[in-house]
Amino acid sequence: MARDFDVIIVGGGHAGCEAAAAAARFGARTGLITHKASTIGEMSCNPAIGGLGKGHLVREIDALDGIMARLADQSGIQFRLLNRSKGPAVRGPRAQIDRHLYRQAMQAELARTENLTIVEAAVEDLIIAEGCVVGVRTATGKTYGAKAVVLTTGTFLRGVIHRGEERIEAGRIGEKPAIGLADTLYGLNIPMGRLKTGTPARLKKRSIDWDRLEQQPADAEPVPFSYLTPRIEVPQIACGITYTNQATHQIIADNLQHSAVYSGKIAGQGPRYCPSIEDKIHRFPDKTQHQIFLEPESLTDDLVYPNGVSTSLQAPVQDQFLRTILGLEQAEIAQYGYAIEYDYVDPRALNRYLEVKTLPGFYLAGQINGTTGYEEAAAQGLVAGLNAARSALGEAPILFDRSEAYIGVLIDDLVTRGVTEPYRMFTSRAEYRLSLRADNADQRLTQKGCDIGLVKTRRESAFHVKRHALEAAKDQLQSLSLTPNQAQKFGWDINQDGQKRSAWAYLAYPNISLSDVLTAFPECAEHDLNILEQVTIETTYAAYIERQAADVAALKSEEGMLLAPDLDYAAIGGLSNEVRDKLIRIRPTSLGQAARIEGMTPGALTALLAHVKRRSKSEKTTRAHA
Amino acid sequence: MQPARATICALASGAPPNAIAIIRVSGPYTQSVGNALLTKGVPPDREIRLDSICDAEGVVIDTGLCLFMAGPQSYTGEDTLELYLHGGRYIIEQTLEALFQCDVRMAEPGEFTRRAFEAGKFDLTRAEAVADLIHAETESQHKLARTQLGGALERLYLSWNQTLTEILALLEASIDFPDEEDAPDQVDGPVAVRLETFIETLKSSLERGSLTERIREGFRVVILGPPNAGKSSLLNRLADRPAAIVTDIPGTTRDIVEVRLHIGAYLVWVSDTAGLRQTSDPIEEIGVARAQEAAASADLRIWLHDVREPFEFGDQLRARDLVIANKIDLLESEDVSRETFPLSAATGEGIERLLSEVEERLDNLSAQVAAPTLTRARHSQGIQHAFGHLRRAQTLLATSAGAELISEEVRLASRAIASLTGQVETERILGAVFSTFCIGK
Repeated sequence: MARDFDVIIVGGGHAGCEAAAAAARFGARTGLITHKASTIGEMSCNPAIGGLGKGHLVREIDALDGIMARLADQSGIQFRLLNRSKGPAVRGPRAQIDRHLYRQAMQAELARTENLTIVEAAVEDLIIAEGCVVGVRTATGKTYGAKAVVLTTGTFLRGVIHRGEERIEAGRIGEKPAIGLADTLYGLNIPMGRLKTGTPARLKKRSIDWDRLEQQPADAEPVPFSYLTPRIEVPQIACGITYTNQATHQIIADNLQHSAVYSGKIAGQGPRYCPSIEDKIHRFPDKTQHQIFLEPESLTDDLVYPNGVSTSLQAPVQDQFLRTILGLEQAEIAQYGYAIEYDYVDPRALNRYLEVKTLPGFYLAGQINGTTGYEEAAAQGLVAGLNAARSALGEAPILFDRSEAYIGVLIDDLVTRGVTEPYRMFTSRAEYRLSLRADNADQRLTQKGCDIGLVKTRRESAFHVKRHALEAAKDQLQSLSLTPNQAQKFGWDINQDGQKRSAWAYLAYPNISLSDVLTAFPECAEHDLNILEQVTIETTYAAYIERQAADVAALKSEEGMLLAPDLDYAAIGGLSNEVRDKLIRIRPTSLGQAARIEGMTPGALTALLAHVKRRSKSEKTTRAHA
Repeated sequence: MQPARATICALASGAPPNAIAIIRVSGPYTQSVGNALLTKGVPPDREIRLDSICDAEGVVIDTGLCLFMAGPQSYTGEDTLELYLHGGRYIIEQTLEALFQCDVRMAEPGEFTRRAFEAGKFDLTRAEAVADLIHAETESQHKLARTQLGGALERLYLSWNQTLTEILALLEASIDFPDEEDAPDQVDGPVAVRLETFIETLKSSLERGSLTERIREGFRVVILGPPNAGKSSLLNRLADRPAAIVTDIPGTTRDIVEVRLHIGAYLVWVSDTAGLRQTSDPIEEIGVARAQEAAASADLRIWLHDVREPFEFGDQLRARDLVIANKIDLLESEDVSRETFPLSAATGEGIERLLSEVEERLDNLSAQVAAPTLTRARHSQGIQHAFGHLRRAQTLLATSAGAELISEEVRLASRAIASLTGQVETERILGAVFSTFCIGK
C-alpha cells in the first residue's frame, strides 16, 4: 500500500507524544493519529511528574533529548527534590504540574516538531500484509500506510469506568473507549489481560478552607528536570495536607458493598502501591487516619486533586465522606472519582525493542503494556518510537540495558517478568542504583543518544561543554594532594599513615565536605559549583561503583551469550516442564535475560549455559571446516 | 533435529568382579538405545523386567533385570535405564562398548547428579549432600549428610535471606516512599536492632561451622610431649588396634606422622609430633615449631610423658587436653595407682580407656553442632562475605550514612548467601562441586 509515513504513532498521551517526538527526531516521517487532537498531552490522573525512580526516568528521557522534562519545567508549579536528606543516588526530582500549561506546551512542541504530522482520527484496525504491520484503518474507513506502527492507547482498550453500581464504557471520563483495536489485538492472538486503576474526586479550590490546613511548600530553589533548563520561571505554590478520620472511615466501611471493587464487579488487578481509600480502610482497620495531599491542578483554574483518596464509591457517598474531612467540610466536587478497568497486552509478548515478537513492525508503548505513570509511558514511548523509526529507515534496533539506565530496567522487567499489577518504577528495582542516578543521566546516556541519532545539536554542544568542565575539575582534584599531617591542620580526622592523598580522595570522606576541600585547595574554587557538586557525588560512590564494575562485566557477558529466537527448548534436556514453558513463552534473547525470568532455577540456567557453550563450540568447528 | 545433549552411561556399582553390576543410562536417546540392545526392548515405565542385552551384532552379552524410568520422574529428570547384570569385568566392558556403539558416551564424574541439579531436582547444598552421603564413613558424617540432603541447609539459607529481605524492605520503604505517612522515614533504629541479631546468628553459625567441617573432614588429635615419652609407640598402638581401623597411612613427613582412624562415630586424624624441648639443632628446631603449630590448631591434644619423669606442662594445658603417663609397664603397680591416667603403649594397657576418653570429648565437641550448619569451606566463605558486608552496614548505620549505602551492603550480603544454594552461580564453582562425585552418581 501507499506509504503515507515512515512511522505511525496511534495515541496522543505521554507514550504517544514521546514516541512521535523520538521518531521525528531520528528523521522518520512521522504521523501521530489521535481521536481528539485537543487532548494531546492531557494528564488523566494526578497532575504530577517525577518522584523516586520516576524522576530518574524523566532525566534519562531528557538525556536522550526527549521532551517530557523540558515541558515539565515550563509547567511545574511545585518543585520538590524528594529524599533531599538521603544520598544523591536516591534523590528524585518531582513537580506538581499545571495541567493546562503542560498540555499547551506539549501541543506547541509537537506542532513545531520537524517531520511530524498530527492527524485527528479514531484508529479502528491495523493493516497487515505478509505478516507485517503496514498501516492503520480509521473509523471512517480511511487508511494510512507506514513501515512501522506504534500503538499507545493507554487505558482506552475496552475501558470501563466503575463508580458504585454504575458502569460506563470509556477510555477516560467523557471519552469513548477503543473497542475495535482491542478486537484486532485479540484476533492476532496476542496474549492480553485486564488491569484496573483509580482516580479520586476533583474538588473546587474555593470550596476548601485552606486556612485550617497544614501547608507543604515548594523547594526554595526549585531543581529543574531538564539539563537544558537553567532555572524555573513558573510561580510556585504550596499544597495543603489534611487527614481522614473515624467518621470518614465509618461512612466508607458502611458503603463498601457498593464499591465497584468490593462488590466483585472488577476482575482486573489494581496497584498495591496506589490503593483506593476503600482498600486502605479495609486492609488497615487499625489506622485511625490517612494522609491526604490537596494538590492544585493549575495556577489558573479551580480544581484540586486530593491525593490519597482514590475511590470507586457511588457519587453521594463520595460527597458524604469527603465532607467529614478537616478543611473539606464545605467542599464541592467538580468531578467524581472512579475506577477504570482496561485491557493490557502481556508485555512478555514483546522483545526489548518493544516490538511484538510475532508481528514485525508493530510496537507497543505505555499503559497498554501494563505500566502506570506518565514517566513510565514516556520512557517506553521514546524507545518504541526510536526503534520503529530505525526499523522503518533500515537501521538496527537499539537496546538499553539494566546497567546503563532505568529505561533498561523498566523494559527488561516488563518483557522478561511480565506484570501482575500496574507496573511502577522504584529505585529498588535497579540493581545498579548507585550509578544510575538522576544527577548523572546525561553522563550515562547523552553520548549514546548522539551516536544513535536521537540528540539534536543544541543538547550535544551543551553536553560536551559540561563533560569537559567535569573532566577538568576531576583532573585538577586528582592532581592536587596533601599529606595526612597537612590535612590535620584543616581539622580533618585522617589516618596518620604518612600516605599522601589527592583532593579527590579527601572529597570521598564522609566527614570532609566540598567547602572543606575548597578551603584547603582554593585553586579548585574557580570551577562551577554545580560541576564541583557533581564530582563530589561521584567520589561518594566511587568505591561502590568500582566494586560493581565486576558485576556489570558479568551482566554484559551474560547479555552477550545470545539465545536464538527459534531455539528448540524441547531439545535441551533436563529442563523441567514449567521452566521450558516459560522459556518458550518469553523467548529470552540472552542468557542474562533468561536468568531474570521468574521461577528460573539455577540448574536450568546451567543447562542453558552448557547449551550455549556447546553450540558456540560446534559453530567454531563448523567454521573451521568450512 | 539432533538433541542438544548427549545420552550418557556409567557403571553405578563398585569395581568388578561383583555379584551384580549396575549400569545406568540417561538422556534423550535412552529409549531407542534400550530398544536396540534389549531383546524385548525397553520395559514399560517403572516396571522391572528380565531380559537379555545384546551387542551390535546381536550376540547376547548377559541376561539380567532392566528398569526404565521415564523423565521427568527420574533422578536426572531424563529418561533413565538401569541394567542389573552379572558383575563380571567382561560383561561390563562389552555392555559399555555396545552402548558406545549407539552413540552413548561415558558419563563424566558427577554428571548424573549434575543433570539432576540442572533439572531443578535440588539446589547446590543438596547436590553436595549426595556426594557427602556416598563418601560418608562414620555415623556422624552420615547423619550430617542426611540432614543436608533433606534440605536443612537450603532452608536455613533461605530463611536467612528472608530475614535480609525483611531488613531490605525497611530500608527500601524509607527510600522509595518518602512522602507516605505509613512508610517510616527514619528506619535506623529497627534496622540496627535486626542487623545486630542477625549478625550474632551468623557469628555462632560460623563458629559451629568449623566443627561441622571437622565431622566431614575429620577431627585433629595431636600427641604432644617431651622426647622419648613414647609418642610414636602410642600412635603405632592406636594404628594396630583392630577396633580402630587404620584406613590409610599417608606418607610420613620428617616432623609429623598422621594416621586416619575411626573413633566411635568420628573420623579422626591422629598425629605424632617431634618431641618438645629446647634445642640448638636447626632441623629439630623446625620439627618443634611444627609440633607447636599442630598443637595450636588441634581439636584435642594428648600430652604424653614417661611415668618415671614427671613433666611440667605449665600454662600450655587447655581445658579439653588429656595428660597421660606412659610406660607404666616399667613401674611397680602401687606407684602406677597414683597416676590419674596411666597407660602402656608397649602392652596396650589403658588404650581402651584412652579411646573412650577421646570419644567422649569428641561427643562433647560435636554436641555443640546443632544441625543444620555449614559443612564446607565454600559455605563458611560465603557466610564470611555476608558477615563482612553486614558489619559494614552496621558501621555505616552508626555514622548516619545514606540508606542507599546500607541497603547496598545488605544486598551484597544477601547475594553471598544466595550463592550458596546456587541462586547466583558461576561455572567455576559448579565444576568444583561436581568433580567430587565418583563416576556413576
